[in-house]
Amino acid sequence: MGVVNSLNDVITTKLAFAINWGRANSMWPMPFGTACCGIEMMATFMSKYDASRFGSEVLKFSPRQSDLLIVSGRISLKMMPVLQRIWEQMPEPKWCISMGACASSGGVFDNYTIVQGVDQFIPVDAYMPGCPPRPEAFIEALMTVQEKARRGQAKSSEYVSNDDARDPSLSPLYRSPDAFHFSPTPPNKAQAASNVPSNTEKGPRFEGGPMSNLSPEAMEKV
Amino acid sequence: MYSYEQEVTEQTDNVVHMNVGPSHPAMHGTLRVKMEVQGERILRADQEIGFLHTGFEKLGEHRTYNQFITLSDRLNYFSPLNNNIGFALAVEELIGLETPRRCHVIRTILSEMSRLADHSLCVGAMAMDLGAFTSILWTFVEREKLYDVFEAVTGTRLTTSYARVGGLAFDLPADFEKRVTAILDSMEKTVDKLRGSFYKNRIFLDRVEGVGVISKEDALSYGITGPMARASGVEYDLRKFKPYLIYDELDFDVPTYSEGDCLARYKVRLDEMDQSIRLVRQAMKRLEPGPISAQDQKHALPDKLSTYTDMESLIHHFKMVMPGPDHGINPPVTDLYSATESPNGELGWHLVSDGGSNPWRVRVRPPSFINYPIFGKLMEGAMLADVVAMLASFNVIAGELDR
Amino acid sequence: MLVYRKENLSTLAAKVEGAFGDRLLGKEEKTLYVQFSVKAADAKSLIRFLKDSPELGFTYFIDCCGVDYLKYPRPMPERFAVVTTLLSPALGVKVQVRAFVPASGNGSAPARIDSNADLFAGANWTEREIFDLYGIEFTGHPDMRRILMPDDYEGHPLRKDYPLRGRGERGAFPVYHAIPADQAPKD
Repeated sequence: MGVVNSLNDVITTKLAFAINWGRANSMWPMPFGTACCGIEMMATFMSKYDASRFGSEVLKFSPRQSDLLIVSGRISLKMMPVLQRIWEQMPEPKWCISMGACASSGGVFDNYTIVQGVDQFIPVDAYMPGCPPRPEAFIEALMTVQEKARRGQAKSSEYVSNDDARDPSLSPLYRSPDAFHFSPTPPNKAQAASNVPSNTEKGPRFEGGPMSNLSPEAMEKV
Repeated sequence: MYSYEQEVTEQTDNVVHMNVGPSHPAMHGTLRVKMEVQGERILRADQEIGFLHTGFEKLGEHRTYNQFITLSDRLNYFSPLNNNIGFALAVEELIGLETPRRCHVIRTILSEMSRLADHSLCVGAMAMDLGAFTSILWTFVEREKLYDVFEAVTGTRLTTSYARVGGLAFDLPADFEKRVTAILDSMEKTVDKLRGSFYKNRIFLDRVEGVGVISKEDALSYGITGPMARASGVEYDLRKFKPYLIYDELDFDVPTYSEGDCLARYKVRLDEMDQSIRLVRQAMKRLEPGPISAQDQKHALPDKLSTYTDMESLIHHFKMVMPGPDHGINPPVTDLYSATESPNGELGWHLVSDGGSNPWRVRVRPPSFINYPIFGKLMEGAMLADVVAMLASFNVIAGELDR
Repeated sequence: MLVYRKENLSTLAAKVEGAFGDRLLGKEEKTLYVQFSVKAADAKSLIRFLKDSPELGFTYFIDCCGVDYLKYPRPMPERFAVVTTLLSPALGVKVQVRAFVPASGNGSAPARIDSNADLFAGANWTEREIFDLYGIEFTGHPDMRRILMPDDYEGHPLRKDYPLRGRGERGAFPVYHAIPADQAPKD
């Protein structure tokens, strides 16, 4: 019996190794390019740097068919729910690269609209410094993620998303597609049809934010 | 007699709501369009922007004039040098600062090279959006060569931050002329290759000819500038309107078409690339040795290298960069609108100064933001497949659109 | 080809002063354009005059932006200004109309000014942007809603009394919880 068990172990280990090897060498990236870093990301996939040498030339703009999210560029207040939804739509196992200073930490944009690091809200596997990073840095990050995949590691497996993230309509900033209205429609009518909370509610709008309990005077000092 | 058009119109409930973006390959990163579609025909469309709102204008009120140059890179990341130089020119006009001749020549050369980089990406991406993937590989080869020059000159590939108020960050490298001449030659060949591939290409022409026509009246009323306006017959180019830098000495044409469709916009960009090559060649001949920054202790930064060795320069440097009311550039208490021709159109800066080292208000008049609204009008009644062609010909840059 | 013609600046200034002499708050000749300052109520009639007057013909819309003069070192007629820039293809000069808009009272009516969206199609989005970032409402605008910020955002970020780093909105998103090491799923 002991022989069979250990043989099983050997087979599963070898199988896992083969699967991980396959995953690592055929990463399909979902490029979430918003700003300057997106241009450098394009440069990486173009002729000179050619990311297809790493098995990653298939850019899938559909999150359901990709396993590597590349957040390249600054993420604003309005974009963050979109990003979270795309991350939720990607099948496991999945990896995430935060490309550039803005995606990693907010970069030079320390202001009211830029999220100060996407890693607060989605698990990030590799960070890329630079504003924007060079294509060489991109390739380095890609290889880092490949190495992680070969070892069967992914940051996403260490985290569990709460219900809010699974159902983005619960997020305070989420806008349902119905909230989208055409110009001739009066905005009030369209707003009533949407599930956006009305503005008549009293009290702080955004609860639970790390800085929301500071007074406006204290905020200015931050 | 059966008519598909009639059948579709009669079925009034056959209307599909369709959402494109904000994360969609045709939507250039962050644009969102919601359409009411009947068959292949778009009935109504609404655009949503703001997914890349970065707060440049608010941040500008909390940064000094020279610090804002770093931010201006990130506005139009296709051609950051134009933004750097445009902002520096606006501040110089505000404080009435004269810059030396060599600085003008270098700024002209780099503006035009940056225009080449912008247009090359735009024409490549436009053909790519319509299915011709090869053209972006060609233009990206040229763009990489331009990146190499920008890197040699400014230290970075993309976010250059090269201009300073009153001059430039540093001088050109020694082999600049040799590098640029080589690029211009290969760039010329690529432009010809693009012309040869697309001007008589039936597949391409069917997608762009007569699609998304902007009339001259609409262009004026919407405030459309740049290649888009010149494709609609508006002969407006700030380099000719009021020549800045050394454009009045140089001989160049402003390509104009009257059709106003996507093909005209594509042709204008290709023709402008030719003109930019001409401009760079002419400006290179005017490159003479000399100082690159104004010798103005009150407003211009000192030469960076001398701050490491010279006491006076170090004091001067600190007087310029330290925070506080009596440091930095203190322009007169006034406001000014100044504009330059960026690759997408008129890049205007409305600066309001309170006399302090930070601007009171930095308004960016981004060409993309003013050019984009007409897209909604063009979409109404258009075919679904034309949306991609129209948007690609607009060259909307989200960083500039949302700021 | 449109070319700048300096001599027309004085023609423009004379024409506008002739028609709006007593209603102008100020006039400033800049290097490339003339700036007229008016009250909010007069802005629309001045812009219409500039556009429709046959010898002026300012039909090219260039820009429209807002400025907040709260605690500006120099006294200003009102807190807000809406600055519209136009270009005349006939004259070859630009003009800027700076309309001063009074701030709202004690939380009652918001700051208001007439919309130019019926004169210039380009004013539609720029006015929405001013509404979004400054909270100035444009009467007669066909589509007055936010453009850059989310629809349910509170406050107007470009106002001088709005904090640079916002009021905590940028941190208010659903977060992921780390799984304790002993409960982590095993492959």
